[in-house]
Order: sequence, then C-alpha cells, then structure tokens
Amino acid sequence: MGGGASGPGDSFDVAIIGAGVCGANIARRLSSYELDVALIDKEADVSFGVSKANSGIVHGGFHHNKKYLKARLEIQGAMMFDRLKAELDFPFARCGIVVVALHEDEMRAVEQLYSQGVENGVIGIEMCSRERMLELEPRLSRDALGGLYAPGGGIVEPYRFVFSLVESAVKNGVRVFKDWKAASARREGEAWVILAEDGRSLRARYVVNCAGLYADEVSRAFGAEDFSIKGRKGEYYLLDKLTRAKPDRVVFPVPTSISKGMLIVPTVEGTVLIGPTASEVEGKDDCSTTRSELETILRSARNMIPDISETDVITSFAGIRPTLGEDYYIEASGLVPALIQVAGIQSPGLTASPAIGEYVKDLLKKAGLRLVEKPDWDPFIDKMPRTRELSGYELDALVESDPAYGEVVCRCERVTEAEIVEAIRRGHTTLDGIKYFTRAQMGRCQGGFCTYKILKILMRETGMGWDEITKHGRGSTVLRGEL
Amino acid sequence: MKELSYDAVVIGGGAAGMAAALELEAAGRRVAVVEREERLGGILGQCVHNGFGLIEFDEELTGPEFAERFEDRLSARPIEAFLGCTVLELEVEGEAKVVSCVSRERGVMRLRAQAVVLAMGCRERNRGNIRIPGSRPAGVYTAGLAQRLVNVEGYVPGKDVAIIGSGDIGLIMARRMSWIGCNVHAVVEIMPYPSGLTRNIVQCLRDFDIPLYLSHLTTDIYGRDRVEGIEIAPIENGALVMEKAFKIPCDTVLLSVGLVPENELSRKAGVSINPMTNGPWVDSFLMTSVPGVFACGNVLHVHDLVDYVVEESRRAGRFAAEWLAGRRPSRELRVKAGANVRYVAPGRIEPGRDNKLYLRSMIVKNDAVLEVKLDGKPIRSVKKGHVQPSEMITIALGAADLVALAAQPDSTLEISIQ
Repeated sequence: MGGGASGPGDSFDVAIIGAGVCGANIARRLSSYELDVALIDKEADVSFGVSKANSGIVHGGFHHNKKYLKARLEIQGAMMFDRLKAELDFPFARCGIVVVALHEDEMRAVEQLYSQGVENGVIGIEMCSRERMLELEPRLSRDALGGLYAPGGGIVEPYRFVFSLVESAVKNGVRVFKDWKAASARREGEAWVILAEDGRSLRARYVVNCAGLYADEVSRAFGAEDFSIKGRKGEYYLLDKLTRAKPDRVVFPVPTSISKGMLIVPTVEGTVLIGPTASEVEGKDDCSTTRSELETILRSARNMIPDISETDVITSFAGIRPTLGEDYYIEASGLVPALIQVAGIQSPGLTASPAIGEYVKDLLKKAGLRLVEKPDWDPFIDKMPRTRELSGYELDALVESDPAYGEVVCRCERVTEAEIVEAIRRGHTTLDGIKYFTRAQMGRCQGGFCTYKILKILMRETGMGWDEITKHGRGSTVLRGEL
Repeated sequence: MKELSYDAVVIGGGAAGMAAALELEAAGRRVAVVEREERLGGILGQCVHNGFGLIEFDEELTGPEFAERFEDRLSARPIEAFLGCTVLELEVEGEAKVVSCVSRERGVMRLRAQAVVLAMGCRERNRGNIRIPGSRPAGVYTAGLAQRLVNVEGYVPGKDVAIIGSGDIGLIMARRMSWIGCNVHAVVEIMPYPSGLTRNIVQCLRDFDIPLYLSHLTTDIYGRDRVEGIEIAPIENGALVMEKAFKIPCDTVLLSVGLVPENELSRKAGVSINPMTNGPWVDSFLMTSVPGVFACGNVLHVHDLVDYVVEESRRAGRFAAEWLAGRRPSRELRVKAGANVRYVAPGRIEPGRDNKLYLRSMIVKNDAVLEVKLDGKPIRSVKKGHVQPSEMITIALGAADLVALAAQPDSTLEISIQ
C-alpha cells in the first residue's frame, strides 16, 4: 500500500480521515465505485489507533437494544464477516459466545439479555442450565449457575482485518497517506482543502471524519459540530498458547451499566486474552497499564475460569475506546457541507464496522455523491501462506519455490523470513507493523530472539538506516548508535 | 521431503548439544545435531566476555572461544550438523522418534532416530512475564537481546540505561554498556539479594559505581514513543511502600529477570515438565517421561556456568548411548528437595553407580550444611562456606554412599540445607 506523498495537485472525490477499522471499511466499500478516494492517517501505519488494541470480538447481537443505531449496525455487521473473510483472508472464526452467571440475580440479567437477543433476531441463541454451561465450557468455575449461549458470536484479529481491508481498497485504487495528520481545513469552491500538520495538503469534494479518539478535533478543524470524545481505557493480559485455561468460546461475565465486563477470549491465533478493564482517562494517548487494574483482571477472570495462572501471562497492553454518547454519531454534519461524521464508535464498533461502511456510503449518496459501480472491482486479495498453518509437505514445496520460507525468524509463532519480507513489501515498515501483520515478536518471548533479525531484514529490504527504524513511527527509534 | 535415519538426533547445537553429540559418537553411534542458527555454539557466540571454561579447560575463555573448541572437536568427528535448521515438531512413532525440521537449503526433512537428546537451552523472561505495568515505548529490551545488538550486530540500543533484575546477563551488560560510553543509572532487584553470581556483582557493578537497589519493585515504565524513565519503590517487611517510590530517568530499560527452559517442543511431544525447574522430569539416565528422549543443559534446568552444562550433557550423551545399547537403570531412588532447597536435578538416581546432582538453595547463608537423608536417615553431610540461590550447588554421590545401605525398593533420598 502506498504511503505516497501528496502534492497540491492531489484531488479526490472523497477523503477519509482515520485508517482504523471504520475508515478501512468505508474506503474499501467506496473502492467499488468510480471514485478517487484518499485514506489518511496520522500514524506510521494503518490500524495503529483504537483498532489495534481491543477484544477482537464479533459480538452476539444481544447486548444492546434495537432502538440504538449501534445495535442495528452490530447485527448487520456481524452477518457480513463470513463473506469478508472469504474475500480478504484475515483470521476470523465463529467460535460462539457464552455469558456466565455466577449468582441468582445475574441469572435474571442473563434472561433479559436472552430476550433482547431473541428480539434482535439472533440466530441460535439459547439459555443454558448449569449442566449445559459446564458441558459447553468444562473449565468454567463450579460456581457457574447457568447462562446464555450465542453460537454465532466470533473472534477476529482486528489489525489483520484492517490490513486486509486497506489492501483490498488499495488494490481497487484507493490511495493511502500515512504519517499525515489533518490539522486544518477550508472550503475552496466546491471542495475541501485539507492541510496536514507538516504543510502538505489535498483536496476532496467529500470528507469522512472517522478519526476515532480525535474525531472531535477533526470536527473542529472543519468548523463543524463541537463535541468531546472521552477516552475509556481498557487493559488486557495476553496468555500463552499453552495455557490450561483456554476456553473454546468467548466467555463473558454478566455486563454492568458501563461495560460488557471482563472477558476471556480464545483468540483466533491460539492465545488467550483476558480483559478489558474500563476506566475514564484524561489523556487520549495514555496506553499505559497499571498495577491495580491488572490485578483486577486476573481476579475477575479467575472467578469464571479458576485455572487462569499468572505464569501464563506473556504480555499486557491497553487500548482506549472513544466514547461520546450512548449511541454512535454517524451523520452528515449539519453545520458544514460535504462532511460525514463517524464518531463515538466504541464497542461493538469492530462488529458494526462493515455495516458502518455501507451506512456511510448511503449517507454520501444522500449528500449528493454519485456512485457508479466499477465493472472490474476485485473483492479478493492475494492470499498469503502462513508457515505455522502448513503441513510439512506444503512447507517443503514452498521452500523449493522461495528458500526464505525455510528460514524461521520467529520461533514462538513460527514466522519465516519470507513472511517478514512480504509484510515489508505490503507497506508495514515498523517493528509493530510487522508484528501485527506476521505475529513475529508477538509470542512468548516477545521479540527477545527475533528482533535483531527483523531489524536486519527491514534495513535490507527498505534501504533504511539503523537510525530510521522505529517501533511504531514518530520518535520511537529502536537504536541509538553504532559501534 | 527428505527422510533420514540416525541412531540419535540432538536438538540444539549449543554447548549442551555439542557435548552430548560428541559422547554419542564416541560410543559409536550415528548422530545428527539440528541447530537453528547458521553456526554452532548457541548463545556463547554473543558472550564476548571471559570467565568460561575454568572447570572444563582450566583457563578463562570468552564465549566464542569456548564454543570454537567444541566446534573443532565436533567437526573432527563424523557428526552431521544441520545448521540454519529449525525443528518444527518432535513426534513419537512407537519406538522411533521423528524430528521434522526446515532449512533454506534442504526444505523440510524428517529425521528418524531411536534416541533424541533435547538441548534447546532457555529463553529470557520478559516484561510481560513479570507484569511490569506502564506504557509500551521503544527502548525496552531483554539483556540478551541488547547483548546481541552490541556484541554481534554492532549497535547501541540506548545511552541512559536502567537494568531491571540482577541476573548475570544484566550484570554483564551493565559493564558492557558502561564500556561503550553509556550511563547505567541503576540495577533494580526485587529480592533482598542479587540474583547473579557474586563475582559479577563485584566486577560489573562495584567497579563501575553502578547503584544496585535491592528489595525494590519496578512499578512503572513510562514514555510515549521512547522510554523516558522507570519508577521504583522499596519493599519493606514484605510490603510495597509507594510513598517512597521515585523515578529514574533513562531512555533504555534492560530486563534481566530470569531464564526459562524452552520446552514447548518437549511439551507437545508429551514430555512431562517439572514445575519447579520448567524442565522435563528426568530419571537417573537423564531420560524424560518419554522413553528414548533425553534432556540436558539449560532446557533441563538453568545452569549458571557453561562448564556445568557440558558436564551434565556429556552424561546425557553417554546415558543415551547406553540406553541405545539396551542398558536400563537396575534400580532407582527418588530424589526429593528438602528444607531450603528449590530443586534437585535429576529427580532419580541409580544407587549402584556414581551420580552427580545439581541443586539450588532457596536461602542465602554462611556456614551452611548440606544434609543428605535416605528414607529419613542421615547418610551424609557436607559443609558449605556460603550458599545463595544464584549459585548452583553440585554434589557427587558415589556407589559407596548408597549401595551399602539397605534401601527399600521405593526409597527416597532427601537433600536439605541447614
């Protein structure tokens, strides 16, 4: 995907600000029409904001009432994932979701969730007795009284989903601008001129603001609605693949008034994620974890699955959800022309995102954008072999065609040099970008063995010097000198 | 896909793997060593400091020199070494074991053997394992990764350094970073005593005036894009005293917080793991719970000197050769860790023969006594001038110590420190 420079001559039909899961879905949806589309992001890679650190759940459609836009988009979005996976080759599985009640009054809350699920048309949702619950998930606490089972819920690797969407969009003509922070905008004739912090600019007839945590700042930069996005931090622990505590389905506690509670998620890649906490934060870029919150996660998760052990922890991280009001704010601006606001996309944003792509496409059409389908739109991206998923025979054949598949760089997640090179060629040129694309540095040694190898491959493939290699762009340089 | 057959396959070509392979070959066995890096020697290649080989060669060598001596021995013998070759899987097919591995040149191979020696070594514990909270900026490295970057790749990971944990690699790196002109501001250790060897505390910290904070917990790593500092707080009477927390500004954090045997391959092959060592349970032949699969070196338990690794691995190689020749232990005693002992390896010994045991103390003590009891009866006591958790203790128990005693068929030997 091109990280191309933009000149004053760059003119687009639509500019999408923010390359998270919403921006990526919108870009990909618009790529099927005869339109010039720009997808811009202030970070060094796509999916480096809210979309990189969340629970990675395709929700079950029973947590929210249909009167909310977010519930309707959630239900619609959830149903779009199977087709998207077939087209875009990202890790996704419908493993199912259970909600576990540990007390009598929690059981009553579960019944409400069940009724809401039935009302929302959730397929296959069922109430579970204690026996049924423990049959589904034998590792659950003996204190489980019962709960709810939604077989259609699923798990997804959120950054890989975004990477695939963006790759598909780029394949169909969308241009991506990274390290491009939209700082101000002005009307010039029938178009917007957006100015980047570093003086670059581009023109667009329509603009979509899906800047996540910073959607409020972007709105103000356009002279549009004045609102305020609050960050709600969620901290997580990631457990080793070899943990004994891995459930088969996503395990939810009974939700509270502010969050869906702390979950136990068997990730598509085989690790287990526990969390998130929910705490309001002042700074929107403070992704630090705290001792007390992390203790809370372990305690809460052990209530549901007592086998969870702190010796299984391989890392912790935090993500920040952008909260605005009770519902999503997805509308054309009432104050300025040709600006669509996509803001406050907290949970279940990932699930809803494909439907948000459709919804925003319709809003743009209503605002006057002409949509003409491209006859040659290609929904598929090139599938990439993942060494860890191959049989010996398949890997042997691959090494024959490209010996770099015989060089295992990351032992914990079994990632070969060929896959690292492919990540770099697809535009992921930071250590974190390579990590999210390939999983190298994501396993139990957390990069202890492979980081220096990746540094060398990165320098070789990109021609970057040692002082240009970063963890996640900007000032995150990895090396400080040469001997 | 190529299939090759050997009497024994050794997984890992570090000091342990080379020592075991040499013994197997000396016993007339056809041996292959599978090593994932492009050269033999394992982690020794990046340990350019000296202090290796005092027992093995009676002289002080650097890591690469120590490795080279073993490489020379290996290349003089008909031992097949597959380099740049990563093991994908170890499977047990009846009596045979199959090691699948992949390399650039040869693609995927299946190596079939009667015996397998596990010698994969260990990995460093990382930030997640010890759950240090804070942000996730660039500039946090394990000490071993920093060592690789400085000593082999020629890069400086950072200029102002704080080291968390007082393990040996961290101490060695404190000195190394000072030598290349970096400022090492602190070594922070959660325990009331250092976890590295005493000689390293003296030579790497005191000689460079680097402060060592014992009984301090790292409560935060901060900095948005690059590390800006850490916060540490003392532990007094077992409780963290946050009022006394303070910040140490730095741009780099090195972690030296322990090593873990790398047994994912072993686990998947069905080998039972001892939770105290994170290494396989082994019998008096250093054989794991899977017959014909042996373990030695840091994959069995973490050693502090490569000389001990080599000694243990030689025995593993010899035992594997004896096992291939059909010999089995005639009778075994169970070995148990008693008071103040973290673990004893191996967990079984054969009374009719000379045995060597490795153990780790849980306490720091001067004038300690190692007590060996057989079924509750003291049979031996050894005076130790000083014991501490970071220094491994060895004890030899010969046939004379044991065989004369009328041990029951399921006798237990208990070792404690008083």
